[in-house]
Amino acid sequence: MTDLDLPDLDLTVGPNPFFWDAATVRGFYQSLASAPVARVVIGELVCSKRLPFWQDEIAGAVETLLAAGKSVAVTSLALVTLKRERKATAALSDISLPVEVNDLTALQSLPAGQPFWVGPLINVYNEGTLRWLAKRGATRICLPPELPLDSITVLARLGRDLGVAVEVWGHGRLPLAISGRCYHARLHDHAKDSCQFVCGLDPDGRDVETLDGQKFLAVNGVQTLSQSTASMAYQIEALRDAGVASLRLSPQSGDFAAICKGYADRIAGRITAMELVSYLVGQVPGGQLSDGFVKGPFGAHWSAAPPAKALRPGL
Amino acid sequence: MELVCPAGTPAALRAAVEAGAHTIYCGFADETNARNFPGLNFDRAEMAEGIAFAHARRAKVLIAINTFPHAGAEPLWHRAIDDAAKVGADAVILADIGLLAYAADRHPDLRRHLSVQAAAANADVINFYAETFGVRRVVLPRVLTVDEIAAINREIDVETEVFVFGGLCVMAEGRCSLSSYATGKSPNMNGVCSPASHVDYAEEPGGLTARLGGYTIHRTAKGEPAPYPTLCKGCFVSGDQTGHVFEDPASLNATQLIPALARAGVTALKIEGRQRSRAYVAEVVRSFRAAVEAFDAGRAMPEGALAKLSEGQAATTGAYAKTWR
Repeated sequence: MTDLDLPDLDLTVGPNPFFWDAATVRGFYQSLASAPVARVVIGELVCSKRLPFWQDEIAGAVETLLAAGKSVAVTSLALVTLKRERKATAALSDISLPVEVNDLTALQSLPAGQPFWVGPLINVYNEGTLRWLAKRGATRICLPPELPLDSITVLARLGRDLGVAVEVWGHGRLPLAISGRCYHARLHDHAKDSCQFVCGLDPDGRDVETLDGQKFLAVNGVQTLSQSTASMAYQIEALRDAGVASLRLSPQSGDFAAICKGYADRIAGRITAMELVSYLVGQVPGGQLSDGFVKGPFGAHWSAAPPAKALRPGL
Repeated sequence: MELVCPAGTPAALRAAVEAGAHTIYCGFADETNARNFPGLNFDRAEMAEGIAFAHARRAKVLIAINTFPHAGAEPLWHRAIDDAAKVGADAVILADIGLLAYAADRHPDLRRHLSVQAAAANADVINFYAETFGVRRVVLPRVLTVDEIAAINREIDVETEVFVFGGLCVMAEGRCSLSSYATGKSPNMNGVCSPASHVDYAEEPGGLTARLGGYTIHRTAKGEPAPYPTLCKGCFVSGDQTGHVFEDPASLNATQLIPALARAGVTALKIEGRQRSRAYVAEVVRSFRAAVEAFDAGRAMPEGALAKLSEGQAATTGAYAKTWR
């Protein structure tokens, strides 16, 4: 039932949630220049203490991406508490790129009429909120990953009516929570203020298992992620029918540009869902995939998994 | 200082008012509030009666409508706001932008408080909510130190309310989907966290094992107290470390911080626990009323009275102390 006048799903690369060194960041954005993605969100999302180590890379990366024909936005921090974080958030509206709002603090300094994007860490669960954000100037909204397909369908349709592109979490460890406490520092017995940047040791976050060895979560500084990598590999047709405009691919280590190409090939029908999945299993950290938030009984569920009873140890 | 106390049932509301609560907060019996537990909360008639009871004793009633409406189902939440206005609530406690806009538009005279579920953690975002939606009070998220709370109060014109006792969220509230990752049910969408419907206990060789949605949350030896398997307070393994990766199964007790919170400009102290029994609520409210009166009279804070009511018998001052981070 796809309306032929509408453009098909495209790809958006989200901000890198992890703490990578400057050279890795540089190589990452250079490789994206030739990847089949329409736009890229750049900037520090998780921890303001990390930014000085890689912020010199941002201007060059933006220039490279713009020259390659990508749209680029700059993200706000996910949780703004400190004075310098407030200043940095307010300063985002002076940059000549759209701001991706991932904490509503960014709206307080954004002039009325200046268009902005909304990231997946803003609670857009319903029509009233989407309508309010559209009126305030939102032109793109990436929905919270927790939303089921029913909600996605309602919101994508409303987005089309209002001229707001609605995006869905397409690939990546899920951003499940953000805290004032740094779990990486806690695991290393450091205080947050003297964390020694131990989150940099784990390029995809640090895995957390249950006492029975079930793969469960991953900590990334103050952020808690799923250990599984969410993937919409099996949901492309459903999301396209729902009117979703774009899939968000969240950075991970390895050949990320090739992962982007995998999704582009899947959308274009050059490969099947199963072909994409068998490729992804070898690429994602830990090899575990999920799509249960969009279509399943719980977030960690995977469409291709055996029946729930066998999947969930202990039951 | 104003003492804001939980009531999950009409009986708990009456008990809290009689025990000295200045203000009660409660919710309707559906997914519109963040304590949507079986057998809990108020139907419309009970709410009207509860408000009449409280008002007759000069106590206020706030109605929490602090989940995020489901797409396609907003009328349920809109009716909750309409009915809160109709039954004479002293304020509604909201988190969702769409609902704040609805309430400001349809019921401009109904006082609006910002729920902790909105996790407004700095002065700029609080001023945003105040200027945009006419919010008059903000319940601060449990990620701030006392000094940060004081700094916020210097830059805002609205009241602040902070949690002083009960269950402690480790994550920024309203921005956590750990529960639905494991169970499909979340605070934001369903008003529940780590729901009892998904909890299993099993006697195993290593001890009593508690699982949530099939995931092992903790295992306790025979005779040890077994705390409820709240996901973020579980015992997990990461590399060579085994332990409470996120938070110990402790609950918040900030009695001793009441003077510091008052100096920080806080208007109201909030007690968590709408799911708790009437007896529990009455005892906690009595203790805090005594503490607030001791503070007003310039006396020292009473010691230890609430320790035995704390979850898992351990108490913390949480994020209020900077070392918690």
